[in-house]
Amino acid sequence: MTKVNKGFIVAALLLAVAIVAPIGQGNYITYTLASWLVFSIAAMGLNLTLGYAGQISLAQASFMAIGAYITALLTLSGWHWMAAMPLGVIACFIVGLLLGYPALRLKGHFLAFVTLAFNTLVFLVLRNEEWLTGGSYGLTGMPRPGFGLFTTMKQFNFYYFTLAVTVLAALVMWGIVRSPWGRAFTALRENPIRAESLGVDTRRITLLAFAIGSAYGGLAGSLIAPLVQFIEPGSFGLAHSLRILLMVIVGGAGYFGGPFLGAAVVILLPEMLRFTQGYYLIIYSALVIVMLIFVPAGLMGMGQRLREKFWPGRQQRADMAEGARLK
Amino acid sequence: MLRKTLWIATTALLSALGTAHAADTVKLGMVAELSGAGAPAGTNWRDGIKIAAEEINAEGGILGKKVQIDEYDTQTDPQVSRALVQKAIDGGAYVILGTIYSGSTMVNMLVAQQNSMPQFVGSESPAVVQKGNPFVFRTSSGAQKGVPALTAYFKDTLKAKTVGVAWVNNEFGKGGHTVFLKEMEKAGIKVIADVPSEQAQTDYAADVAKLKQAAPDAVFVYMNQEESARFLIEAKKQSLAMPLVGEVTLTEAKVIELAAGSAEGAIAHVGLTATATDVPGIAAFATKFEATFKRKPTHDAIKGYIGAWTTKYVTEMVGKFDGEAFSTRMHGLCLKVADHPKILMDTCWDDTGEMSRPSFMVQVKNGTPVVIGQVPAN
Amino acid sequence: MSQFLQVMLSGLATGSIYALVAIGFTLVWQAAQTVNFAQGEFVMLPAFFVLAAMKLLGMPFWSALLLGLAISLLVLGLLFKKLIVEPILPHGGITLIIATMALGILLKESVKEFYSAEAQPFPSLFPARHLDFHGAVLSLQDIFNLVLCLAIVVSLTLFLNRTRTGRCMQATAQNPAVAEILGVNVKRMILYTFLINAGLAAIASFLITPVYLAKFSNGESLGLIAFIAAIVGGFNQIRGALVGGLLIGVLDNLTATYVTAEYRAALPLVLLIAVILVRPQGLLGTKEGRAV
Repeated sequence: MTKVNKGFIVAALLLAVAIVAPIGQGNYITYTLASWLVFSIAAMGLNLTLGYAGQISLAQASFMAIGAYITALLTLSGWHWMAAMPLGVIACFIVGLLLGYPALRLKGHFLAFVTLAFNTLVFLVLRNEEWLTGGSYGLTGMPRPGFGLFTTMKQFNFYYFTLAVTVLAALVMWGIVRSPWGRAFTALRENPIRAESLGVDTRRITLLAFAIGSAYGGLAGSLIAPLVQFIEPGSFGLAHSLRILLMVIVGGAGYFGGPFLGAAVVILLPEMLRFTQGYYLIIYSALVIVMLIFVPAGLMGMGQRLREKFWPGRQQRADMAEGARLK
Repeated sequence: MLRKTLWIATTALLSALGTAHAADTVKLGMVAELSGAGAPAGTNWRDGIKIAAEEINAEGGILGKKVQIDEYDTQTDPQVSRALVQKAIDGGAYVILGTIYSGSTMVNMLVAQQNSMPQFVGSESPAVVQKGNPFVFRTSSGAQKGVPALTAYFKDTLKAKTVGVAWVNNEFGKGGHTVFLKEMEKAGIKVIADVPSEQAQTDYAADVAKLKQAAPDAVFVYMNQEESARFLIEAKKQSLAMPLVGEVTLTEAKVIELAAGSAEGAIAHVGLTATATDVPGIAAFATKFEATFKRKPTHDAIKGYIGAWTTKYVTEMVGKFDGEAFSTRMHGLCLKVADHPKILMDTCWDDTGEMSRPSFMVQVKNGTPVVIGQVPAN
Repeated sequence: MSQFLQVMLSGLATGSIYALVAIGFTLVWQAAQTVNFAQGEFVMLPAFFVLAAMKLLGMPFWSALLLGLAISLLVLGLLFKKLIVEPILPHGGITLIIATMALGILLKESVKEFYSAEAQPFPSLFPARHLDFHGAVLSLQDIFNLVLCLAIVVSLTLFLNRTRTGRCMQATAQNPAVAEILGVNVKRMILYTFLINAGLAAIASFLITPVYLAKFSNGESLGLIAFIAAIVGGFNQIRGALVGGLLIGVLDNLTATYVTAEYRAALPLVLLIAVILVRPQGLLGTKEGRAV
């Protein structure tokens, strides 16, 4: 129980930092912080698929695309964001189920293959079906939502709006992982064979994890549309799915805080490594490989390892350590 | 999170230090595709600007202030480009130079507009100047100006009754393709083969076979550099007999280098070309560029160069650093080479930011593009 | 008719390149039970080794090719296995797959920063002779690609089935533990697999770059298509990779010519999804006994 309390205190502290972070900053930094939150949501979803269910999805960017285009088209035709967003999220959940069902019937990395193909298919449809999606010119001028007196047209307001959505999304995720039903994820992550023998329908749980993870991608997409106020097919390519995947890995797959940390690293890395000019992607990818060799559990895993080294008395729960090691 | 805040604080501090000695310099925010798919275009754009900045500083800067180029790499990602234009503005830029890919420009020009910030772009998509943005200016004619200049060539010189069009299906190719179809319809020329291809496509066998089968009188080729080269190689292989006519890219030095002998005979309409060496300013620029960077400049390099020089000329006409006044002055402005040599050729901007200047028809002969005709400004 | 013949033959020539790369996928799959997502970059890179040898060391083309091949074997074969596969494999298949994705980015970005962001011409191995075949044009290069690809498949199959080393490699792929007990030098066999993969990638690189031009981003689509070819044909069969590669090469061209150019890139993907739904072991693949 003390563990939970401590986690709560850490989360509250982080939230406080997130609230004060943009104060006194320029538009650019506020915008960057908002896109960090958006990608954290997408990565949080993928973390459920990858870190808990142990399946690679290479289509998180295309789920963002689905969420973004649905939200954009509906808000452009006068809907409120609050009405458009759920449709985008539900659409992603359903597509996730349809896509995951055949792929997860089979053992192996078939979900990775199917999602790889799906990501490119979505790109082609968005580009070619110009009557609906605006083709390669994309869609512009999506309105930002207003809530009575609070309009989010200003960068600051939009940041806080995004923060509120992120906090809600994180709480829901926390609920999913903690609920008795969600504990099946933990069981699955810990030991799929034992979970199966204990009567957990691993295939159904994995499918559900993937569909929920995809729905989080849709939520991130429905935020990206009003944030950037411009979407086009190229922004949701395979490279972007890969980018989100690496966020999860770098942060630490299977850790609740991993996606936030990973997204922060990926979004802010160009900033940190600005002095290296064009070399930052080289440095970044090399660092990822080195990390995978020595600490496959990511930055969260690294932190945990350091903590255990200096305060060996505090024993981690076995499932946390196990889950970090990707299946 | 804490570390993140620290980083932000550090960067903010660094950029604050950057502005500390800003009193005697003026910053040009160079936002371009320095990495990703657009890197070849973006790096040329940047290097053209670098040469211009050096020359401008050698002549005493703008209104006595030294020019400082701040580089921002969009990674050819529209969302990043938007953030970076914002960043350049936060960092105290006076004008924005970039971006080149229309997909990026379409989104980041909103930011420059909101901040009343003049912006010179290298994009040629028609849509850029159709959004009523008073702060955006082209450095080369848009497709809706460049492509119509070709119509006369198809109709009068080639006397084509039927044409084929091979185009790259991205936002660049789409713009040219739409205008071309409209123009051909107006001119009464029938488009009998319409062949879209993917960006970064490598295998053009099917594309060329289709054109060969349709056998039009001429083919309009509208693709990026390497795609053009790969297309020309395949066209030569399948011995496609009709004239291949392009807009700007098809006869660029890089394409000729890549396609080797296969580019022979290709024809293109070009605005400013580094090969138009009978224009003295262009020859001087090309020589200087090649000496500095050990490669031939592309038209993107010339575009960047002109963007930077126009900034100087127009600011000095206005007499102060004022984005709004600058933009007002730009509309309907014509710069003559006689008074402003570094503009390279007489250039005018209209009320939408579209520009026009005389242009050339060139053809590849013995491995070099040769000017075969001049097209007046339209 | 000549159009149909042209796209068929060109499709076969392109498909044979896909097949060469796809064979590499299946080999690595068998040796390490992993998918090398950097395979496309493995094909992009050797051409740049050759260009660098010619430009920096002033070597003539043919010796630069040999040096390029040697460096490819060393870097993409030996070092890839020692520095990336060996240390990461114990952490699990997914970790390794992700590491190869990061490796792909690393290779691509390195070429871009240290060599050039622009496409480069690459000398052809053959004189630019074209043969007319009932109205369809084939280059010497096309014919050689096809012949070489078939020869490689035949000799690899013979090698794996008929020689002692080949059989040891198969034993290793099927059950490393038992192979070890039977006295097979498992580590060495796995190393052979990686060397063959690197060699195939280098050959594919030298064959396609004269036409595709040397560019850092060339591996992206090539890797993806070859990968799909491998799955469609059957991930555990060399023959399967050949069939998958040729099939996709031909179907891609036919689609672009007769059905839709806008959606031509969708065809391999649709094929992939169909195969996974109907016949997950691939057209020529055999079911694998163990869970992977």
